[in-house]
Amino acid sequence: MSNIPPTPLAPRPTVAPATEADAAPSPEADTDSPPVFETKQLSVSYGSALAVADINMYIRRGQITALIGPSGCGKSTLLRCFNRMNDLIPDARVEGTILYEGLDLYGDDVDPIEVRRRIGMVFQKPNPFPKSIYDNVAYGPRVLKMKVDRMDDLVEQALRRAALWDEVSGKLKKSAVALSGGQQQRLCIARAIAVQPDVILMDEPCSALDPIATARIEDLMVELKQDYTIVIVTHNMQQAARVSDITAFLTAAVNEATGERHGELVEFAKTATLFTAPADERTEAYITGRFG
Amino acid sequence: MTTTTAPPAVAPPSLRTGNVSRSRKFRDRLATIAMWAAFGAAALPLAFIVFYVVRAGMHLFSYDFLVTNIPIISSKPGPGMAPAVVGTLLITGAATLIAVPLGVMGAIYLNEYGKQSTLAKFIRLMTDVMSGVPSIVMGLFIYTIWVLRYGLSGFAGALALACLMLPIVVRTSEEILRLVPSALREASAALGARTWRTTVRIVLPAALPGIVSGAMLAVARAAGETAPLLFTIGIVSKPNTKLFGSNTALSAQIFRNAQVPFPAAQDRAWAAALTLILLVFLLTIAARLITARFARK
Repeated sequence: MSNIPPTPLAPRPTVAPATEADAAPSPEADTDSPPVFETKQLSVSYGSALAVADINMYIRRGQITALIGPSGCGKSTLLRCFNRMNDLIPDARVEGTILYEGLDLYGDDVDPIEVRRRIGMVFQKPNPFPKSIYDNVAYGPRVLKMKVDRMDDLVEQALRRAALWDEVSGKLKKSAVALSGGQQQRLCIARAIAVQPDVILMDEPCSALDPIATARIEDLMVELKQDYTIVIVTHNMQQAARVSDITAFLTAAVNEATGERHGELVEFAKTATLFTAPADERTEAYITGRFG
Repeated sequence: MTTTTAPPAVAPPSLRTGNVSRSRKFRDRLATIAMWAAFGAAALPLAFIVFYVVRAGMHLFSYDFLVTNIPIISSKPGPGMAPAVVGTLLITGAATLIAVPLGVMGAIYLNEYGKQSTLAKFIRLMTDVMSGVPSIVMGLFIYTIWVLRYGLSGFAGALALACLMLPIVVRTSEEILRLVPSALREASAALGARTWRTTVRIVLPAALPGIVSGAMLAVARAAGETAPLLFTIGIVSKPNTKLFGSNTALSAQIFRNAQVPFPAAQDRAWAAALTLILLVFLLTIAARLITARFARK
């Protein structure tokens, strides 16, 4: 096991970057930052049930990309492909390609552990470990055997970045479970930051929080954008409009023949464009509240 | 100026129990009585056992009883169960050291790795079968594979008890591991921890109090077992603090002393029974205190 910070997962030069030209939908000709992720014909199924189908999109460095859409449209499923969390579900199957920095994320020689240390995740429900606040933040660096000069500094830094330090600096040894919901979620963000990831995936991080805590997390996301690429799944359109640069709208499509539902990508554009001048009528129906 | 019209005179709603129908009240009463009766029926035997054992065993039970050797002549009155106390602690302790690590690791395999695989399902079925095997059969099993070759010893007894404890530890530990929220496993995995790390650092600490309770249940069961020891440990009249060589245990001494027609020996059997109950009780409390300390951290 190597302990080198962000280096390529495994050398796989086989993927030709030339295919980038035919990448499907593109939010205008926006080339200001290189794509971190690129998905091609990505489909996920659980057992025989198709969850999301034929997703073609990309995620750019240093931006916040929001995945919005009604319940059951496969937003979370899609998000969990980016750090291979779907591997933990026994009968989940991923087809198509996801490139991370040009490397096939589901390639044979890719270790999901190496993927997850670079691509962190914050979950819907705050899930701090039943340990002290300090140990929660220090857990990742310890598990990854990161070379840390002073763990105390790293913990402080992560907590400061997550805008939690001022509230917990005096009680680092206290149990994390005793914190409020909003504090727990910021602790989970600090925990994800502590391993110095490249990308942070957030799966409806505010859905269990009150408006004040939500506002704090949103401020935090905008703040973190400077250093991290963020992908956020949200139910809340206002939230997507407030924080994201790019928005992908997914919806559940019904298969005429079988009556089964699966998620698909409807529209993928700059947030400002998607919310003011949606190209697809389904997007318009959703954002104006006529559907969903 | 507005004249508020007086609210129409409606009788305030009655919130008294009189409104609830008689049959509902009757059924409620009946269910409550039935539950208390069931509790009583379950608790009564326990109360009687403790009462009788304390009454019959108390007069011989003393510090002397715990440290004096067993009189060689059974009819001789007086204390002495030291070899059995030593034997029980030694044999049960050794059995615990064998069965608990093995059982917990088995449970980890079943819940964290095997899950619903065919092998895991087969192992689950086999542990259930194993927990249904009569304890005397476990004794005979160890007798044939160990005692016939290496002779009677405390270790042979420990092996037989470990066979009894193993399925209890596996099944209780697996149940407890299943109660650990999967959100914690996901959080750990998302930070780049492998399953083994997640298990050791997150899942086991969260499950520890429950695992200890399960292990104590198995220890209590094993400490009281007589049948598997009958033809595995032999008999001694002086304490044997080594695992090898013949030994004796409280349960075996209760069985032996209760069978002989001398009141002196029967008194010793009662006192030994009291000792055994106290021992298991103390072990359980100690385990609870230790886990409470761990859990608070």
